[in-house]
Amino acid sequence: MAKELWKGNEAIAEAAIRAGCKYFFGYPITPQNEIPEYLSLHLPKIGGCFIQAESEVAAINMVYGAAGCGVRVMTSSSSPGISLKQEGITYMCGAELPAVIVNMMRGGPGLGTIQPAQGDYFQATRGGGNGDYRHLVLAPATIQEAADFVQLAFDLAEQYRNPVMVVADGMIGQMMEAIEWRTPEKRELPEKTWATTGTKGERKPNVINSLYIDPNLCAVHNDRLAAKYQAMEDAETRWEEVDTENCDVLFVSYGTPSRICRAAIRQLEKEGIKAGLFRPITLWPFPGKALKKAASQESVKAVVDVELSMGQMIDDVKIALEGCRPVSFIGKAGGVVPTPAEVAAAAKAAIGR
Amino acid sequence: MAIVYQKSKGLTDAELHYCPGCTHGIVHKLVAETLEEMGVLGNTIGVAPVGCSVFAYNYFNCDMHEAAHGRAPAVATGIKRVSAPGTIVFTYQGDGDLAAIGTAEVIHAAMRGEKITTIFINNAIYGMTGGQMAPTTLVGQKATTAPMGRQKDHYGSPIRMAEIISTLEGCAFAQRVCVADMANLNKAKKAIQKAFKLQQEGAGFTFVEVLACCPTNWGKTPAASVEWLKENMIPYFPLGVYKDITTQEG
Repeated sequence: MAKELWKGNEAIAEAAIRAGCKYFFGYPITPQNEIPEYLSLHLPKIGGCFIQAESEVAAINMVYGAAGCGVRVMTSSSSPGISLKQEGITYMCGAELPAVIVNMMRGGPGLGTIQPAQGDYFQATRGGGNGDYRHLVLAPATIQEAADFVQLAFDLAEQYRNPVMVVADGMIGQMMEAIEWRTPEKRELPEKTWATTGTKGERKPNVINSLYIDPNLCAVHNDRLAAKYQAMEDAETRWEEVDTENCDVLFVSYGTPSRICRAAIRQLEKEGIKAGLFRPITLWPFPGKALKKAASQESVKAVVDVELSMGQMIDDVKIALEGCRPVSFIGKAGGVVPTPAEVAAAAKAAIGR
Repeated sequence: MAIVYQKSKGLTDAELHYCPGCTHGIVHKLVAETLEEMGVLGNTIGVAPVGCSVFAYNYFNCDMHEAAHGRAPAVATGIKRVSAPGTIVFTYQGDGDLAAIGTAEVIHAAMRGEKITTIFINNAIYGMTGGQMAPTTLVGQKATTAPMGRQKDHYGSPIRMAEIISTLEGCAFAQRVCVADMANLNKAKKAIQKAFKLQQEGAGFTFVEVLACCPTNWGKTPAASVEWLKENMIPYFPLGVYKDITTQEG
């Protein structure tokens, strides 16, 4: 199929439509506004519904209601708005509702800035809401991946009956790239017998709920959820490796900074240093076992974690490596992006060159 | 033998957890009867709040959602906007849920003219958490977080939701009722019927506020609670129709 030039946010919105999503509830915030804008224009044309809610809190709860009825539904926001959605996300995990949530991350903390950042790694992977819940977190590094992952996210959400988050730094949302439209590999998806579509007098009422007031039942519920999260870990952990074989130094990076690492790898190559990149694609589950395998090669002298934050994913990197290699960090927060030269210099420093 | 009275098919067989003298059971019955009479139980999706009626999803014999605290009108919006035409959607909320933490959600659902029905139980107190001050607690009324009584210079005066909702163009119907005696109970039933009927006709947002008793947290007997409601709540929260697009310009 011919390639088309798409802006990241618009590609995400179009990908949702192509995945069969007819419903979107959101609230304006930069740098993700093209997503609701695009859908406000196009969803009515396909018999869907777009609503600009009074807040991100209301928007995520509209998603909760819609998801409970068994339809494909999405919301998107950027960092401070995602903070407001945390309540709804934990409720959706508790009530086991499929939906797609896009976070086009900007600088923080607080109101921060509107420029790209990755300061919401902890929030996305640990859960900013209450309780023991998990959800898949997909991190695209290109517009192609953004389009692919949004479509995949809808299938994964339904397969596991759980919300799926797509997180990208604002660069992905604002950049244009040539992409081709692909359909995700077909999955056998479970029937939504739990959806509230009216009993029609033919079945017992369905209830969408996260309340288990009896502690024994709540414990059983948590055990069942934990087993589901384990199944996600076993089947859905994704990553990419670039030039990792026999590398001297291993970058670990996701999203836009992973592309800066690729440029740094080429610079280092000219200086006779073999650098590789390990790129987590799912931030949760974190591909820790694969990372340890790549980092444990005899050739690897050091691991360099590169993020648009003050160092968040580095915790998962260190947990995965269990001290087997030194880990250093280069990153910038607040919307400033490190250059390939700065990243290359950090790698050289890490291996004493 | 002829059956002269039986439990509404709109209610399940689950035993209610409400305290003696609490009004929730009566209002549940009125809503359930209305849905049954309209023949819409199979096309209805209800939304339970956080508060004393958090377990409403166990009692109404139709599809239900349990919402986060205050978010029921947003959840109901999501349900209504994606459901098949003819689906009846209602929220059932208390005063802490609707008039404090969920004020934005109910106001904006009404503003959008969401074709849902909200049943608002106003008993001037937080029941489930044990008698704390509500936005509808009367000035001077004691609560566990207002042990000397609600002070006007500290917390202002109680919020009148039916009046506020009625000012919004998207609201098709807003009435305040009580169930303190048979005459009022019958009026309450008619208000609930009208609200659901107007929703079915697609008229807009419909709202019924029910003044309710909380003997447990008011520290009164059920009988004394009814008297207290009549003497103290009704003067501040006057009963009546605040909006009805079938009798006036919307």
